[in-house]
Amino acid sequence: MKTGMRNALTYIVFVAPAVLFFIAFILFPLIRAIIYSFQDWDGIASQASWVGWGNYKRLLDDTDFGKSLAFTFKYVAVTAVLFNLSGFLLALALNMALKSRNLLRTGFFLPHVVGSVIIGFIWQFIIVQLFGEIGKATGIALFQKNWLSMPDMSFWSIVIVAVWHSAGYFMVIYLAALQGVPRDLLEASEIDGASRMRRLWSVTLPLIRPAMTVCFFLAISSSFKAFDLNFSLTRGGPFGSTESLALQIYSDAFVKNLFTYGAAKAVIFFLVLAGITLVQVGVMKRKEVEM
Amino acid sequence: MKQERYGIGKFSLEISMIVLALLFLFPLYITVVSGFKTYNEIMASAWAFPKSFNFDNYRTVWHQINIPGAFLNSLIITVTAVSAILLFSSAAAYQLVRRPGVVSNIIFFGILSAMVLPFQTLMIPLVKVAKELMLIDSLYGLIIIYCGFGVPLALFLYHGFIKSVPRELEEAAQIDGSGTFGVYFRILLPLMKPITSTIAILHTLWIWNDFLLPLITLTSAKNKTIPLASSIYFGEYNNEWGLAMAALSYAIIPMVVFFLLMQKYIIEGITTGAVKG
Repeated sequence: MKTGMRNALTYIVFVAPAVLFFIAFILFPLIRAIIYSFQDWDGIASQASWVGWGNYKRLLDDTDFGKSLAFTFKYVAVTAVLFNLSGFLLALALNMALKSRNLLRTGFFLPHVVGSVIIGFIWQFIIVQLFGEIGKATGIALFQKNWLSMPDMSFWSIVIVAVWHSAGYFMVIYLAALQGVPRDLLEASEIDGASRMRRLWSVTLPLIRPAMTVCFFLAISSSFKAFDLNFSLTRGGPFGSTESLALQIYSDAFVKNLFTYGAAKAVIFFLVLAGITLVQVGVMKRKEVEM
Repeated sequence: MKQERYGIGKFSLEISMIVLALLFLFPLYITVVSGFKTYNEIMASAWAFPKSFNFDNYRTVWHQINIPGAFLNSLIITVTAVSAILLFSSAAAYQLVRRPGVVSNIIFFGILSAMVLPFQTLMIPLVKVAKELMLIDSLYGLIIIYCGFGVPLALFLYHGFIKSVPRELEEAAQIDGSGTFGVYFRILLPLMKPITSTIAILHTLWIWNDFLLPLITLTSAKNKTIPLASSIYFGEYNNEWGLAMAALSYAIIPMVVFFLLMQKYIIEGITTGAVKG
């Protein structure tokens, strides 16, 4: 029996730290977030009162929440397509036998290693100062306005910056996938007379479906959680038009002290994200081709 | 296999890609260069190359927001948290794989499910928990919290890797008299180097650049990390662009250097992490 005890003890020593971290910082906060969402508490008072579904009912009539939800959905839809398109096109170009392709890969990936809050501030300077100057020098109307003061252009500003920041990341994943496409298949289809476009459409694309599933999942979940650029580039403005859900939950909880109301939003936030990604992965997995 | 011809088509593609790449890198370039310009120079033209390499902005920012201190904070947090995550998750993954059973399964899938939880769902109660555990506004507190959020992905990647390691090696070591600890440190850790470097890279990029968690848990100036400290010049009505750009440059340069040095591992790590995760 002695070795049994010792074995159990070793198991505990190896596994316990990871489990404790998980319980303390993920499981326990999750349970508390759910409890908070049924309470009313400002973060300061010693007692919280129960309000049942009150917070959730309030969400239904909250136009700011509706606006933020709409922004987030629109942003996720646009960026999921553009991240993948830009990353895939870059990968396609840099998978060809170009002389400078290694250097180019480095260059396109480089923006991604800089944190996105920093990126947002850099682009604030570029959009406010540089674009204004382009407008003055060239007379192009688009550059004569301050993009960050117009709801529509603010949205596209964040999209452009996010695509610029993420294209290299998706390029790297697609490059790995393209290199995994067997050459003999491509050559065989070439011999059969398939054009370049035809080969791309009928051989390459079906074979990189698994990478597409992964990339769409990554794009959707990261865009849904978007916080940094909305915080640093547009501050959610103008008039709250670029306030992502993540930013709204942050400002509800830590600026306006609406702890429990923010918690209800946070729970809905999780459920919506989980729902979307489950459907996305489920649908795209079914279209993957087994080799 | 026939050699692809480098014709006019490839050449024009190459030229356009180079132009596009330069355009891509322009924002980073303009940031570092603007740090050398005075207020008047930037107002006169944000495009123009600085008249002289004037280090005034860089010097002012260095002292004003204590760049060495912030850099050290970021370094301590990143290195300690990443090492702890690697140690705890590899140890746990080792036993979870080698001692399968109901308990191991519950633990593995429980922790795995955390990967779908967005941080924003947990952050409100997290601040409360951190206060109760006395982890608020301290470097070690932040390190401990990062362990909580870093373990799931790391555990998952280690778990997958260890399953592919043949047991015979460990059994041979056990016959030679090694205990579980000996096998883990002498056999498994060296074998796991590739996946360890993947996990280390992914977590280093995440923790060094992370903004939201430090924002809600660190309050005093002496604890600020590089992303927090360098964003200080972006107040509501600020237009001290020269100082702001110098501060951002201090945040950009370490990551760019780190990337250029570790490029091969970073690209590999990103690919493995994305495909397996």
